[in-house]
Amino acid sequence: MTMRRLSVFNVTSLVIGFAFLYLPILLLVIYSFNASRLVTVWGGFSTHWYGALFRNEALMEAAWVTLRVAFLSATLATLLGTLAALALARYGRFPGRTLFTGMVYAPMVMPEVITGLSLLLFFVAVGFDRGFWTITLAHTTLTMCFVTVVVQSRLMTFDRSLEEAAMDLGAPPLRTFFSVTLPLIAPSIVAGFLLAFTLSMDDLVIASFNTGPGATTLPIKIYSAVRLGLSPEVNAASAILIGIVTVGVISATLLSKRSVLRSRRNSH
Amino acid sequence: MRRSFAPWVKPDAKPLIRFENVTKRFGDSTAVDHLSLNIFEGEFFCLLGPSGCGKTTLMRMLAGFETPTKGTITLGDQNLAGVPPYRRPVNMMFQSYALFPHMSVEKNIAFGLKQDGMSKDQIADRVGEMLRLVQLEKLARRYPSQLSGGQRQRVALARALAKKPKVLLLDEPLGALDKKLREETQFELMDIQHELHMTFVVVTHDQEEAMTMADRIAVMDHGRIVQVATPGEIYEQPKTRFIAEFVGDVNIIEGHVQGQENGLWRVKTSSAAVPLTIDDPDEVLHSGQAVAIAVRPEKMVIQRDPPGPSAINVLTGEVWDIGYLGDWTVYRVKLATGEILRVTRANASRFVENPIEWDEQVYVTFAPDAAVILAE
Repeated sequence: MTMRRLSVFNVTSLVIGFAFLYLPILLLVIYSFNASRLVTVWGGFSTHWYGALFRNEALMEAAWVTLRVAFLSATLATLLGTLAALALARYGRFPGRTLFTGMVYAPMVMPEVITGLSLLLFFVAVGFDRGFWTITLAHTTLTMCFVTVVVQSRLMTFDRSLEEAAMDLGAPPLRTFFSVTLPLIAPSIVAGFLLAFTLSMDDLVIASFNTGPGATTLPIKIYSAVRLGLSPEVNAASAILIGIVTVGVISATLLSKRSVLRSRRNSH
Repeated sequence: MRRSFAPWVKPDAKPLIRFENVTKRFGDSTAVDHLSLNIFEGEFFCLLGPSGCGKTTLMRMLAGFETPTKGTITLGDQNLAGVPPYRRPVNMMFQSYALFPHMSVEKNIAFGLKQDGMSKDQIADRVGEMLRLVQLEKLARRYPSQLSGGQRQRVALARALAKKPKVLLLDEPLGALDKKLREETQFELMDIQHELHMTFVVVTHDQEEAMTMADRIAVMDHGRIVQVATPGEIYEQPKTRFIAEFVGDVNIIEGHVQGQENGLWRVKTSSAAVPLTIDDPDEVLHSGQAVAIAVRPEKMVIQRDPPGPSAINVLTGEVWDIGYLGDWTVYRVKLATGEILRVTRANASRFVENPIEWDEQVYVTFAPDAAVILAE
């Protein structure tokens, strides 16, 4: 690869692009450290609102619900998504494979409003009381395909002769899976989990459709709080949310990259 | 010591591995076609052939990764049909080595032993023994990614040998090594095989490798075995033109049988003025039959002076190319018919006075028993 020097044009487009994407977020983070109660007037640096946030029971309760939903749905999505990835990557050309692939990936491109609405209709139809579990299930549906994508791409670079070697040395299929396959694809499974976790945490649309009494997630809480007027506490809560999501996404990227690199290094 | 080892010539010897009429199809293509083969205990057996000839499929059926479409494979007294890979007393060294990247060298070697439920002490002893065998004691705690290609190859070998399999399968074991290391490793593999009295079955496309290591070679083409014989027989008495051309270099001269005189065949060819005289008594031929005469380059003699009137098998041409390889010089001689012969000469002395040069008129001769007749 040749290193090309950055031209003025490149620098300008980079700056404009990143500013477009991240300036609003940066503003929000800066204002979360505002000493003033007025959201749009800078009154000096303060961590006051972070303290207030942790004393705000309603917000903390919403945060706790969000974390539990994210953890549970990400766990479920990881389990199901990994199984789907294994089926897609391993069982060759079974009848209906293309259809199955399409159906697994559909939630990625499906408008969230549609996913949310259809899930709501489903829960109502089967008489499932809306609340914590409906959000968890809805988020599992939403995030599973992301896990599948990440794990499947890892499986595509997986050297099958490793599994054959394990079997050749006397390990039955199940033991082969747990002692060879699973440890090697683990980083991508963790990456998928983190991705699912962050996606669940910041989802507003699907959660709003499927929420019920006593199950308010942080994005729902923030959205409704903002409708009543901007509050610096919400800025602080959002800043923390941004932090968690950023860390999650970055580690997911690093993990899946490392796992692909490792498989490549071992293949020659 | 090795010379006396030839169980395949004893009529009462019982083979260790028997392929009986084995066929393997993948969809429409036939990888292995009605193949029968016996391999004996303690043999160093090579499956040799160009890529796609079915040799790897044959090995994978023995390991249990593929199931024959038809036919049976037996190992000792056991029919291997339906026996999964993890229950076969056969271990394989993979072409890619397939070392577990998340396990250290010693864990890799211990993997198979652990599956057998061996005690920790026994495993440690056996791993130590294997590490000594392949001279990797110092690297026991390294991971595969920290090893060189040659070291990885040794780990793969140690891992496959650790369980003392009845048969060790090696899939292109030296394919990934450079030339020098490959030659060393060839002899090492032979020593190890000899020391452990184990049956080795090697798949390779490299004829030199097969010739060096094997007790017997099975040459495969299009899913069938063309010839099974010792390296010497394969080279000196190839059964078909394919083998003659695949194993080593060869000059092929086409012609028609004229008749037999004093047990020698007379073959008329457009390449030589006088019919050629060939000593190949095993062939059964009839007059007028189209045949190919195969002569190895090192069995032809090149000279500048015309041979005497009593000389037989004389071909004339001019030197087209000269390749100096150090130990050998290769002459490419163009005949009047346009055919190019390849003649090699060992450079036995350091200086040659008045050597044969480019574009010179030369005579190429060969003895009647230097050639093999291959019926077309």
